[in-house]
Amino acid sequence: MPQSEASQPLLRARGVRKVFPGTVALDGVDFSLRAGEVHALLGENGAGKSTLIKCLTGAYRRDDGDILLNGEIIDPKGTIDAQGYGIGTVYQEVNLLPNLTVAENLSLGHQPTRFGMISTRAMNARAREVLSQYGLDIDVGRSLSSYSVAVQQVIAIARAVTLSGKVLILDEPTASLDSHEVEMLFDVIRSLKQRGLGIVFISHFLDQIFTISDRITVLRNGRLVGTEATRDIDRVALVNMMLGRELEQEVRSHGKTHAGPGEARLAFTGFGRKGRIEPFDLTIQAGEVVGVAGLLGSGRTETAEVLFGVAAHDSGEARRGDGTVLRLTSPREAIAAGFGFCPEDRKTDGVIADLTVRENIALALQARIGWMRRIPDREQKAMANDYIRKLDIRTPDAEKPVGLLSGGNQQKVMLARWLVTNPSFLILDEPTRGIDVGAHAEIIRLIEELCAQGMSLLVISSELDELVAYSHRVLVVRDRRHVAELSGGEITTDNMVRAIAAPEKEAVA
Amino acid sequence: MNARLLPLAATLVIFLAAYAVCYAQYPAMLSTRVIGNLLTDNAFLGIVAVGMTFVIISGGIDLSVGSVIAFAGVFIAVLLRDTGLHPLAVFALLLVLATLFGAAMGATIHFLEMPPFIVTLAGMFLARGMAYVLSIDAVPITHEFYDQMQDLYWLMPGKGRLTLIGGLMLLVFIMGGILAHRTRFGMNVYAIGGGAQTAALMGVPLGRTTIAIYALSGLLAGLAGIVFSIYTSAGYSLATVGVELDAIAAVVIGGTLLTGGSGFVAGTLIGVLIMGLIQTYIIFDGALSSWWTKILIGMLLFAFIVLQKGLVWTTAKRRIAGG
Repeated sequence: MPQSEASQPLLRARGVRKVFPGTVALDGVDFSLRAGEVHALLGENGAGKSTLIKCLTGAYRRDDGDILLNGEIIDPKGTIDAQGYGIGTVYQEVNLLPNLTVAENLSLGHQPTRFGMISTRAMNARAREVLSQYGLDIDVGRSLSSYSVAVQQVIAIARAVTLSGKVLILDEPTASLDSHEVEMLFDVIRSLKQRGLGIVFISHFLDQIFTISDRITVLRNGRLVGTEATRDIDRVALVNMMLGRELEQEVRSHGKTHAGPGEARLAFTGFGRKGRIEPFDLTIQAGEVVGVAGLLGSGRTETAEVLFGVAAHDSGEARRGDGTVLRLTSPREAIAAGFGFCPEDRKTDGVIADLTVRENIALALQARIGWMRRIPDREQKAMANDYIRKLDIRTPDAEKPVGLLSGGNQQKVMLARWLVTNPSFLILDEPTRGIDVGAHAEIIRLIEELCAQGMSLLVISSELDELVAYSHRVLVVRDRRHVAELSGGEITTDNMVRAIAAPEKEAVA
Repeated sequence: MNARLLPLAATLVIFLAAYAVCYAQYPAMLSTRVIGNLLTDNAFLGIVAVGMTFVIISGGIDLSVGSVIAFAGVFIAVLLRDTGLHPLAVFALLLVLATLFGAAMGATIHFLEMPPFIVTLAGMFLARGMAYVLSIDAVPITHEFYDQMQDLYWLMPGKGRLTLIGGLMLLVFIMGGILAHRTRFGMNVYAIGGGAQTAALMGVPLGRTTIAIYALSGLLAGLAGIVFSIYTSAGYSLATVGVELDAIAAVVIGGTLLTGGSGFVAGTLIGVLIMGLIQTYIIFDGALSSWWTKILIGMLLFAFIVLQKGLVWTTAKRRIAGG
């Protein structure tokens, strides 16, 4: 349980700031961790959770701010250095070596030696002793890869605690565990808490956070939203903190002025894929914006990926408005059917940073007409310049590598790439993430324009206000299911937050 | 059984089975004489294969060793011919040179982040070229110390001879085994082979270890060169072409994963012995072309690659089932 407010925090970040080219990843964030507490760190993708962790452990050089351990300023230079200060980190992907034995993993770099030789017996005995504190009685002489992810996770925690012993940072440790394994992990966390460690727990499973944490800190867009004691806050308030309203007035004033939906363009029935998203029905009308709301990992991106064929659906079917059946088992087929998809992570899935603006824009069109018929340079250039003007892409010229542009402009290049193929149905996953407020408003204006021209759009966003501004309908997803559909006057942030937060059981008071 | 021991066990079974087949046809092959010759004839290959085992366990490759052996032979022969240095002094000089050469390649691989394949390929051409510069012709070694070394042996029961170089190879294997399995350096080699990024996060000194691995491979290639010069009493710049590939084959047949992270020094010894056994069998037969050695080794390699892939699949499947 949290100690008195007067007690000095174990680990403290003061005004930490980190800037990446094009975005401010952390903007003056304060964070404090007490000894003997589990402190949950919450936020959507890109909110700055992992950046904060990396600044705390020195994996990133912070641009401003201090890190204090027991009231003294420290400056860890990297993960190993942070370990020396007593700060250990365990990542979602187990960072141990699968080819070594459990004991070798636990003792790597600190093996007990006699006359320069490792004593395997002493090493194994020590490993057994350490693991017994975590309730694990396993053969430490077997390779790590022969154990389940949950056991590996506990071994990783044991190593981190043995080597550091003051602060333990757990970055999405439960992402690939089942509920029984999560319980086992929580027992370990509770016993470490009792031993007086400060534990930072990152997860996007609200249930788990309410079960295990003492305090919760929420980040959004690189800024601190607030820190609350877990018992003083309920799910709705928490979701509000994570997705809440902060959009600028200019966006809000945009109403749904355009005509709105026309005839049905696409109909998906029983569409889904096992393990990704449960089967859903969805009708898309011409000139309609369908918003998708939900928390990270709830199935919103999965919905888009199944629709676009990135992860082929294994149930249901898709039909055009005239009743003809569509084959949608690969992105190729989806593109041929007039679909476009701007994925969430621009850097890894979207634009190709080393190619120029022109080449990026020409990419999808070239793919569509086939690689054998090259689009002449002159035509490519004309096309690129046309969209640079139309979408107001801020670049000196069409030959600049996309990687050098700001986030908002990269987003526009990606949009332009799909617009040249003239799609009838465009899917945008988090189109406004990580871009500044001005560009934000422009993207939203663009969505409304496209819609007015008769294009159908499916827009996934964690900015609920934004969804209110442009959606004709909003789908709410939770636990990989479509749980609600709001339309017309029902589309309010309050309704969305309620639908997202409502747990299967009674709401946590 | 521990899945890590499976390739080693497979190698051992193949070796024993092959030996049983040989014995059934030529009972004379089961004698300490044949075994003594097996060790002597393959001494240089065995020594260089120990270095290669470390390199491959770390996930790398060293293509330069064959050329380093040739360079070593020419270097020793020329220095003994043209200077009054004692062979032991020449050996010491050579071992320092070969170690520095390996360390330089390791440093290049680490600091320039170059693939080991291309760096050691450059090393291969460089060492071979240096051998040519010293002498294009074969240079005979006539030194009474060499005669003494060649006459040194331990008579095994059954009149087999464990020669100095055969014994040296066994010693190198024992030292290599201890280094790999009983020291922090050895553990770090396995750790890097399991995942260099993760190993670095766990505190393994990447640069120091990488340089040491290639320095060790260079040192052992130099030592193999000394052994080869004792074996042949000559230095020749065209000698031991392709020995690096024989060494790689011996390591893989010995059960070490080419992807790194798993393997045993002892397995490499058996790998070398299997290759030597095939050659001995062909000599006993008398009618078979020596190319059959290559064909059989080729087939064995294929079999081991398939076995390793199968192993990786089954462990991966079990992990999914278990996780």
